[in-house]
Amino acid sequence: MSYLKSSFRHPESPKNKLGYTEANYEGALSTLCAGCGHDSISNSIINACFELSLEPHKIAKMSGIGCSSKTPAYFLSKSHGFNSVHGRMPSVTTGANMANRDLTYIGISGDGDTASIGMGQFMHLVRRNINMVYICMNNGVYGLTKGQDSATSDLGSTSKKGVPNMYEPMDLCELAISLGSGYVARSFSGDKSQLVPLIKGAIKHNGFALIDCISPCVTFNNTPKSTKSYEWIRDHKEATGTFDLVPQEVEIKVKNPDEVNETIQLHDGSFINLYRQPEGLDIRCRESVLSALEDSKTQGKVLTGLLHLNPDSRNTHEIINSSKRPLNTLKEDDLCPGSTELEAINQSLR
Amino acid sequence: MSIEAINDFVIRFANVNGTGSASANNMFAKAVFRMGVPVSPKNIFPSNIQGLPTWFEVRVTEKGYLGSRGDVDFVVAINGQTLRQDYDSLMPGGYFLYDSTKSLPRDFNRKDISEIGIPLTQMCIDNYSDPRQRQLFKNIIYVGSLAYLFDMEFEVLTGMVKDQFAKKEKLIAPNIGALELGYNYAKEHFDDVCGLRVQRRDNVGNAIMIDGNSASGLGAIYGGATVCGWYPITPSTSVVEAFEKYAKKYRVEKETGQNKFAIVQAEDELAAIGMAIGANWNGARAFTATSGPGLSLMSEFLGLAYFAEIPVVLIDVQRSGPSTGMPTRTQQSDMISAAYASHGDTKHVLLIPCDPAECFEMTARAFDVADRLQTPVIVMSDLDLGMNDHMSRPFEWDDNRNYDRGKVLTAEDLDGLAERWGRYKDVDGDGIGYRTYPGTHPTKGSYFTRGSSHDEYAAYTEDSSVYEENMERLVKKWETAKDVAPHPQIKYRDKKSKIAAIFYGTSAQASYEALDGLEEEGIVLNTCRIKSFPFHPDIGEFIKEHDTIFVIEQNRDAQMRTLLINEFNIGTERLRSILNIDGMPIRARRIKRKIERMLNGENVSPFTTAKSGTEVEA
Repeated sequence: MSYLKSSFRHPESPKNKLGYTEANYEGALSTLCAGCGHDSISNSIINACFELSLEPHKIAKMSGIGCSSKTPAYFLSKSHGFNSVHGRMPSVTTGANMANRDLTYIGISGDGDTASIGMGQFMHLVRRNINMVYICMNNGVYGLTKGQDSATSDLGSTSKKGVPNMYEPMDLCELAISLGSGYVARSFSGDKSQLVPLIKGAIKHNGFALIDCISPCVTFNNTPKSTKSYEWIRDHKEATGTFDLVPQEVEIKVKNPDEVNETIQLHDGSFINLYRQPEGLDIRCRESVLSALEDSKTQGKVLTGLLHLNPDSRNTHEIINSSKRPLNTLKEDDLCPGSTELEAINQSLR
Repeated sequence: MSIEAINDFVIRFANVNGTGSASANNMFAKAVFRMGVPVSPKNIFPSNIQGLPTWFEVRVTEKGYLGSRGDVDFVVAINGQTLRQDYDSLMPGGYFLYDSTKSLPRDFNRKDISEIGIPLTQMCIDNYSDPRQRQLFKNIIYVGSLAYLFDMEFEVLTGMVKDQFAKKEKLIAPNIGALELGYNYAKEHFDDVCGLRVQRRDNVGNAIMIDGNSASGLGAIYGGATVCGWYPITPSTSVVEAFEKYAKKYRVEKETGQNKFAIVQAEDELAAIGMAIGANWNGARAFTATSGPGLSLMSEFLGLAYFAEIPVVLIDVQRSGPSTGMPTRTQQSDMISAAYASHGDTKHVLLIPCDPAECFEMTARAFDVADRLQTPVIVMSDLDLGMNDHMSRPFEWDDNRNYDRGKVLTAEDLDGLAERWGRYKDVDGDGIGYRTYPGTHPTKGSYFTRGSSHDEYAAYTEDSSVYEENMERLVKKWETAKDVAPHPQIKYRDKKSKIAAIFYGTSAQASYEALDGLEEEGIVLNTCRIKSFPFHPDIGEFIKEHDTIFVIEQNRDAQMRTLLINEFNIGTERLRSILNIDGMPIRARRIKRKIERMLNGENVSPFTTAKSGTEVEA
């Protein structure tokens, strides 16, 4: 790994609508292993936020514990970050989101943090439909504790320790779809052209958005017999199709209209254009996607891309009918009923 | 010799749970209260929905002693399962009201009590056809009988029925009818049998009757809480239910119909406190409520909030442990685990209320203390306080009071800073840094909150000296906390006395009563009621001033005594425990007897619990 981060940036780096360059979205120098897939995902997050012209300070970065959960230090240094406890990022983010519905919440977790210690919280986060982006940097292995199998490791997959995994894997996307998540995607850290639009779509989606991002661990799980290695994923990856996110304020101009299978409007007016979707796959239909996922598994392939989208999804605030004003902005006048009411309460208790 | 007393006796109702008895028994208690006589009801219920024994004890106490007295003068025995136990528990000279539809077993032959047989079941069969009504009105009938036996003002009871069913008017007449049935039966058959009386007084002033959990829920509303993550657990559930009830009344935007609160029922206690911490981190006031097992589950998160310095309010309504313990019985046995919850060197601010007014005030204040100190604050209530109605001074609120949000920097503050800002920098010397809420400023004030070791600027560090400095700063903050938290209530009955008592929470009422009794015998103890942790230095001084200090509490291991010895490093010899662990509220009579015997030099155990249910023996 490097120990110094260059501060030189091209003077004519492109600027976004806020006048920011990508440098405004960067973070501290990564301390992960050189070649770690997680660093590529961090970069894709930087690209996505830059391209959407999000104000960095209106983003909150949430994480649990593990290699993946360290990454929020490596992007968006002008955003507040919260590195909480192992497997509990979902509850902390739920509380944070209840306190202020106006921020963008990017939750970063790993396969250990999500699929083992945090599985309970993950599932309830999905069913409550907290408005957030949840990226699971999935490498099938416990990195910080040096190489134990995780619950997403495929049956028979062999990490550096050399012992094939004996148990069935969890499929986070299938779980999220069955629990009602309105935005579910799978991607690969090495495929920026797919990952960046997926992150942008996830940010724009109203409600819980999962990106299960396969992110090879170069140190402990990049072996020839691992199904989460760079080589294996490149050979077995298959995409549902490609897509564009067209923000609400941009006039829709599709380069090759003939290639567009479908255009889906999101909650805030943005559009998602789907290209080259396979015959018979309807990403709005849960059954269709679950069956496609199972089919590709049978064929030994990893289906990536946007797997499921429900543009009508309602987030937790809409479900519980909470104020449009962020709750953390309310003051005494709004919150305290005052002494006259209290005396009336006293009187009713006599 | 039958017991004769005016406005000073204990009546115990023995019922089957799920039969509607608690509301009838509460009605009786409230009627006493409305006659201007202080009263203390205690519901002793099982962890069950229907069919198991449940008791309800009402103490009628003209002098206003609201703790548990001990001993029973009058029993209303409605439960066949516990008939023997209830019969035997009665004081000599007491009264035993039973359902005489079936006669008492032959071996029930105490000669030292008065038996009052009322054929409740038969009366219900004769007067009602609906089975549920037969069950519910049985309770109302015996309340009617009591009204006659105790010579109570019947209109007070009928007035309560009218209040209670104001919205279901057709229920008023049958309920009053049931009261009359009972009243008239007692009048015909038991004229002049009972020597206990309730007579109108003017002794309740402007007091209110409410349970501590409702008071805490209301305190959270007044304290400005907007977010609540919670997981149901007896006996804390009703804190959140009350919060929700009041929120729906006071926290809905008129224009939009939208809620100025968010209550999320979590998947477990870990998530419950995680939500509260996340919301507080983001600048809302948030809390959760739990009991023993939940406190254990929340420990890891409490450590995070302590070390990352995030305010959070937790209301711990203690119950009998360990493990699942007796979920519907009271205890003060989470003191040590709350004080030092979580691994590593952690300690937490505790506020300890003793009545509903304090549940209200301390819950509201807990948010100020947590924001000021940027750390968890745990309100240590218990089942007795939380779930029973208590007579209490009324709630008060000063409309000029502003929330103390502690040290929080706004965008303007950040722009005006001369020096580089550090989240954990102690610029004021009180151990507390300045925090920022997410989203405050486009370029300044962002930081990375973490439970891992960090420097003044919130950056990760494994530098030993930086770690040490940070841990020492937290000790400085702990010192600051001693002044921020409520101070102890110290009372010198006699400046020269070398004996004293220390107690807290629900042990206070019974202790004060016991000490009044001792004072009448010429034994004078000074008192210190602890209201918070960390301990105020005055408590240490108080201990030093006395040779013998009784520490009165409701747990096996003398947890407060342990905390006192640990924190002050004094007093092993002079701090003597008086303990109660039977799951019932500690009784005044037993405290008094125990102190008498200890002062008498007798070698007695610290436990006030009587063996084999004999209530008289100390």
